[in-house]
Amino acid sequence: MGFAFGYPLVQVVRESFYAGNFASPIWVGLDNYKGVIADPEFHTSLLNNLKLLVAVPVMLGLGLLIALVLNDRIRGGRQYQAIVFLPYVLPATAIGIAFSFLLQQNGVLNTALRSAHLGVLAQDWLGNAHLAIVSVGGLVVWQQLGFGVVVFTAALLALPPETAEAARIDGAGWWALQRRVLIPQIRPIIELLTVIQVITVLTWVFNYVYVLTSGGPGYASSVMELYIWRSFSNGANGTAASVAVMLLGMASVLIGLSLWVRRRAVAT
Amino acid sequence: MGAAAGGGDVKRATGGRVVGLLAKHAFLVIICLAALYPLWFIVSTALKSNAAYQLNPTGFPTHPSFGALRSIVVDQPLPRWMLNSFLVTISSVAVSTLIALLAAYAIVFGSFRGHKIFLSTSVALMVVPPVTLLVPMFVFMVDRGWVNHLQSVIIFYSGLLVPFAIFFLTNFFRTVPHELIEAASVEGAGPFTVLRRVVMPLSGAAGFTLVVVQAIWVWNELLIALVFLQDESARTLMSGLAQFQGRYSTNQPLVLAGALVSIAPVVLLYLSGQRFFVRGLTAGIGK
Repeated sequence: MGFAFGYPLVQVVRESFYAGNFASPIWVGLDNYKGVIADPEFHTSLLNNLKLLVAVPVMLGLGLLIALVLNDRIRGGRQYQAIVFLPYVLPATAIGIAFSFLLQQNGVLNTALRSAHLGVLAQDWLGNAHLAIVSVGGLVVWQQLGFGVVVFTAALLALPPETAEAARIDGAGWWALQRRVLIPQIRPIIELLTVIQVITVLTWVFNYVYVLTSGGPGYASSVMELYIWRSFSNGANGTAASVAVMLLGMASVLIGLSLWVRRRAVAT
Repeated sequence: MGAAAGGGDVKRATGGRVVGLLAKHAFLVIICLAALYPLWFIVSTALKSNAAYQLNPTGFPTHPSFGALRSIVVDQPLPRWMLNSFLVTISSVAVSTLIALLAAYAIVFGSFRGHKIFLSTSVALMVVPPVTLLVPMFVFMVDRGWVNHLQSVIIFYSGLLVPFAIFFLTNFFRTVPHELIEAASVEGAGPFTVLRRVVMPLSGAAGFTLVVVQAIWVWNELLIALVFLQDESARTLMSGLAQFQGRYSTNQPLVLAGALVSIAPVVLLYLSGQRFFVRGLTAGIGK
């Protein structure tokens, strides 16, 4: 672990103060950081990561709803759960490619919308500078949904049945039972998963963006990881390292938060 | 429900329950269709000729053609990529599991100072974004001339997997009764013998779960493979596929045949041991 994490973590901070190629690095102080902060492409990338945060409540909210429905000991529950979880294990690359074809200007989704006389809803999902990141968010939700479902189902299953039984005897309706009795009891797990998925959409979406839009059109749907990759591919190692350090800073805060929330979730 | 409420109420109540039940099933079926459709799209398109696909992209492949699948195996470097992916996956998982096995054993049964800090460091490292380690690791591999060689990604992946593997195995080892270990130690067995003879035979299901989860992670990884393996013949399946997408954008059945081949092992593994997946992939959330 010392080698795989310690060495590069120290090294990436060092490199962020240098420019030039690996063989003859030049000390530039904070210039890499200044350059990045002035770069509109970086602004867009950061903003897109923040926009992707919207995907978190969507996937967790929908996931929770599915878990609550499954929790009613519904027939075929296990089969439903197995299907909903399946996307989570699939390679994002292969799935992203399929989505890139489905969402093309003349792809399956638009064709279906037009033939259903909903042509007005047909959009250039990947080519429109505003919509491209929304499409990425959609793909993230599609793949990550099952994770929440499985975690929430397990948490609900672990609850003592007595409280729900008591509420039912008191005549609580379905919604009241979920909202007042069940959801509050699994709240620590919901918080933990929220932090984990926030980390995911801020630091772990390269796959989705790379195959779905390549950050396009232009750099309209770029994210920080893609910015690092692109700077790095263009030989601007110092720039890549400085963004990596910023990303690491953000991640550290969230990792600290996750450790704290985890302790609470485990305690209950 | 009290008998005094009368038959009418009961009937209404059950009528409401039936509607509610139908609504729940309808909801779940819609979700499942949405989850499965992209997969069906990949399978059905991979079985069409490009001409048939152009004519009707969504239709059922009434005259299935194996042209695309044959072409990716015969005309494209896909078999090579697949072999690379298998080699990388097996090696990385083996290395990381071995390291984690020893570390977790020391944490749970050993008595070394600072094992708590070591464990929480592991938990924190589980979520360090790999992209932040990319540049220094690349420099390191360039210095050693390992870029475009599989060992570059094997080393990197193994390191990235170790924290989760330690976390996972520590949790599992804690469920092994201490008396068993003590009994074996009293009889003079050293730590390696205890690990091999006592702990590992108990770890079948947990070990399989851990291996599956790590294998899936390595198999699906794109960014590191893309950066470290740039030669056509050194690519893994994922980085090769990403390249395919751009090169054959006008032949979608061919690209999706490649996607199908990359998905198939994962789906087969999933179908054979779904519970292991669920347990392992959600282990990061548990205690």
